[in-house]
Amino acid sequence: MIDFIARRLVSIVPVLAVVAIFVFLMLRLTPGDPAAVIAGDNATSDQIADIRAKLGLDLPIWQQFAIWIGDMLHGNFGESFFFKKTVASLIAQRIEPTLALAICTLILAVVIAVPLGVIAAYRHGTAVDRIVMGFSVLGFSVPVFVIGYCLIYVFAIYLGWLPVQGYTRIGVDFGGFLEHMILPSVSLAVIYIALIARITRASVLEVLNEDYIRTARAKGLSNRVVLMRHALRNAAVPILTVIGIGVALLIGGAVVTESVYGLPGLGRLTVEAVLSRDFPTIQAVILMFSVVYVLINLLIDIAYTLFDPRIRY
Amino acid sequence: MSSSVSTPASSQTAARASKAKANSPVLEVKNLSVALPSGGDRANAVSNVSFTVNPGEIVCLVGESGSGKSVISFTIMGLLAKALKPVSGEILLEGENVLAASEARLRELRCTRMSMIFQEPMTALNPVMTCGDQIDEVLRTHTKLDAAQRKAKIIGILTRVKLPDPERIYASFPHQLSGGQRQRIMIAMALVLDPVLLIADEPTTALDVTTQAEILKLIAELQEGQGTGVLFITHDFGVVAEIAHRVAVLRWGELVEMGPTEQILSRPAQAYTRMLISSVPSIHPAHRGVRLAREMVLRTEKLGKIYSSKSLFQKSRVVKAAIGVDLEVRKGETLGIVGESGSGKSTVARCIARLIDPSEGNIYLGDTDIARIPAVRLRPHRRKVQIVFQDPYRSLNPRMTVGDSIIEGPMNFGLGHAEAMQRARKLMETVRLDPNALDRYPHQFSGGQRQRICIARALAMEPELLIADEAVSALDVSVQKQVLELLDEIRQRLNLAVLFITHDLRVAAQICDYVAVMSQGRVVEYGAAEQVFGAPKHEYTKTLFAAAPGRNWEFGKFAA
Repeated sequence: MIDFIARRLVSIVPVLAVVAIFVFLMLRLTPGDPAAVIAGDNATSDQIADIRAKLGLDLPIWQQFAIWIGDMLHGNFGESFFFKKTVASLIAQRIEPTLALAICTLILAVVIAVPLGVIAAYRHGTAVDRIVMGFSVLGFSVPVFVIGYCLIYVFAIYLGWLPVQGYTRIGVDFGGFLEHMILPSVSLAVIYIALIARITRASVLEVLNEDYIRTARAKGLSNRVVLMRHALRNAAVPILTVIGIGVALLIGGAVVTESVYGLPGLGRLTVEAVLSRDFPTIQAVILMFSVVYVLINLLIDIAYTLFDPRIRY
Repeated sequence: MSSSVSTPASSQTAARASKAKANSPVLEVKNLSVALPSGGDRANAVSNVSFTVNPGEIVCLVGESGSGKSVISFTIMGLLAKALKPVSGEILLEGENVLAASEARLRELRCTRMSMIFQEPMTALNPVMTCGDQIDEVLRTHTKLDAAQRKAKIIGILTRVKLPDPERIYASFPHQLSGGQRQRIMIAMALVLDPVLLIADEPTTALDVTTQAEILKLIAELQEGQGTGVLFITHDFGVVAEIAHRVAVLRWGELVEMGPTEQILSRPAQAYTRMLISSVPSIHPAHRGVRLAREMVLRTEKLGKIYSSKSLFQKSRVVKAAIGVDLEVRKGETLGIVGESGSGKSTVARCIARLIDPSEGNIYLGDTDIARIPAVRLRPHRRKVQIVFQDPYRSLNPRMTVGDSIIEGPMNFGLGHAEAMQRARKLMETVRLDPNALDRYPHQFSGGQRQRICIARALAMEPELLIADEAVSALDVSVQKQVLELLDEIRQRLNLAVLFITHDLRVAAQICDYVAVMSQGRVVEYGAAEQVFGAPKHEYTKTLFAAAPGRNWEFGKFAA
C-alpha cells in the first residue's frame, strides 16, 4: 500500500513536467502579447518593449522556460503580470470560493444522485426508472450557464429568495455563505447528478443479478438492507471512478459557474488571467489543477480498498 | 448407499419431533404449476408437480437442465424471478401455504424455517463483507440476541460445520477461503437458526470431487442430527446414490417418477429415467483393446510452467502451475489428464497448444520442438493442434454465423471460401448437424449442438492433435453421452490423437486409453486407463477414486 502511494506520488513529477512544457508552449504560441495588454491602448512601441524587457519576455523561449522552472523549483510561482501580486498570494486569495463550490457541488451531487440511481435500478423498467433516466438525459444536455441563468431568474429575481450574485466568506457570515452557495452548487451539480445517477443505476443493476444478492434475499433480509448493504457497496467502485472523473470536469464547470454567479474564485481568476495574457498566473493555476487531479485520483484509488477488500495494492 | 452416520438422535431432534406433529411432512408441494412468460418453448416451467419431504429425510430432485428443478426450489423460497408466476397448487411448509404468504411473512420464514444453499459458493457470498458479518446478519434480522450471544452462536455453528479456526474464519472475507470452506460458510448461514427445511440447489456441483464428498457427508450429518428435511437438487446420479433417501425425476417441468433411491436407481419404471441413468458413464474403464505401437503425435519432456509476480518492494510470488510433465500421445489414442481444480491440467493443455508459453521443458509435435519457437515459425504448427473448450456457450463468437466460425481457421491458412464452405458442410454432417444450418448464429443452437459445432470448428483445421478441455463438463448427462460417443467415433475414423482434460473420473474411464493423474502441477500417476482405474498405486489417485460419488453403484444395470 505504502509502496503504491509512493509510486503514485512519484508519478506526479512526469505528469507535471509534461503539463508544464505544454502550458508554457501553448501560451507562447497563441497570439496576444501580455506587454501590449499591460501597456494599454495608447502605449508606444518603446514602452511595450520596455515592459517586455522587464518581464523577461524578450529572452529566447528556452531561457524563459528555464527561468520559470528554476523559480518553481525554489517554490517561487512568480509575479502576476497583470495583478502586480505574487501568484501564490493571488491563488491563496481566490481558492476559498472555488473549494467551497466544488465541495458543495460534490456533496449535493452524491447525496441526490446515488439514491436516485439505486431507486432507478431497483425499480428497473418502471415509470420511476424512466423518469430518473429522462431527467438524467436532460441534465446532460442543458449547459451549466443556461441552468444558472434560469435558476437566477426564478429564485433570485422572480421569487427573491436568494442573492443573484456575489460571495460571502465562510468565516465572515456562515448564513450568507450558504445563501450565496446554493444556486451555484445546484447549477453545477445538475450534470454530475445526471452522470452519477446513471452510473449508479447501471452498476447497481449489474450487481443485483449477482448470486450473493439472491443469498441475501434468501436470508430474509428486507429490500432496503439488500440494496443498501449488499448491492450498493459492491457497486461502489465504478461510482467512485466516475466521481473522480467528475472532480476533474468540475474545474471546467467552475470557470463558467463562477462567471455566471460572480464568485471571486480560481475559475474567474483563470478567465481574467487568460484575457490579460497573464502567463505566470495561468501556468501556476493549471499546474495546480493537475496536481489536484492526480491527488484526487490517488485518493479514489485508495478509497476503492475501503469498499472492496479484494483490492490490494 | 448413503453413508448414514449413526449419531443417536439428539435431544433437540426429540424436542422438535414432539413439537412438530409427528410424522407430518415439513414440506408438501401439491399440484404446483409455474407459468413461463409467453413466447417460451413451453407454457409452464413446472406443471402439476407434487411431492413431500419428511423430517430427517433427504429428497433429491433430479433432472437435466430446463427440467424445472431449480424453479421449484426458488418457488418454495419465494425467490422466483418476476417473469415466472406460480399459477396453481400449494406449497405447504409445516402446513403453512407459502404461495399465499405475504412478502413480509416470507422474509420471516427464510433462514428460520426454510433455508437455501446454492451451487456457486464462489459467488454466493458477498465479497465485501466478512463471513462472520454475513452470518451475523441472519441473527440480527431474525433474533433479538445481543452481540456477545450472536458471536457465540456463530462460532458454535462454524465449529459444527467443521471449519478450522472459527475465530479466524469469522473475520475472513470470502476470497480468502477455498471453495469448500465457502460452501461450509453457506451451510452454516443456512442452518444457524435450525430451519426445518434445507433446500440445497446443486451445492456440490462446482466443487472438486474430494471436497464434494466432504460437503455431502457434512450435509447428511447435520440434517440427521437436527432432523432437518432436505430438498436436494442435482443432475448427478452419483450424488443421488450417495445421499438421497427418495428421488424425484423431473423432465420438462413434469414429475416423471418418484420413489425410494434404491428403487429408482435399480428398477426405474419409466423409459426416460432408464435412459437418464444408463447415460451415466461407468467408473470402470471400458476395455479398449491392445494398442499397437503407432506414430507419435505429441511428446512432452519435463514440461513446466511457472508464474511469478515480481515487485520492487514486495516479496515475489512464485506459482508452479506445472512441473516436469512427461506425456505421450500417439495417433488414434486418447490420453486423459485427470485432476482437481488447480492441479495444472489446463495449464499443460494450454502450453501444448502454445496459448501460453511454457517456462521449461520441450513439446514435440512429431519431430519439431515447439516449446520455444517464435510466433512466425509456430504458425504452421498451429493448425496441427486444435482445442475444444469447456463452455460451448461462450467459446463461439455470438456475432458470427457458425459457418463463418468454422471456415475462419481454414481460410486463414489459405483455403478458398467455396472449398472451406464445402468442408464445413461435410463437417456438419460428421458431427451430425444439418449442413443447412451453417448460416445460423450460435444462440439458435442448444448446448450439445454448440459443442458439436466447436468440434467441427476444431476439425476444420484437419488437426493431428485434438485437445478437449473439459469439453463435456457443461453438458447434461444424456447429451454428454452423445458427444463422448461422437468424439470417440471421430478419433477412430480420422485416426486422431486426442488429449482429453477432465475432472470427471467417470468420463475419463469411458473415453481414455491412457490416463495421467495430476495433482499440484505434477503427474502423480500415469498409465493405461484399465491399470490406473483398476489398481491405482498413488495415494492421491486412491483418494480421488474413493471420493467419487456413487462409486459403488453400477448405473444402468437394472434389475429385471
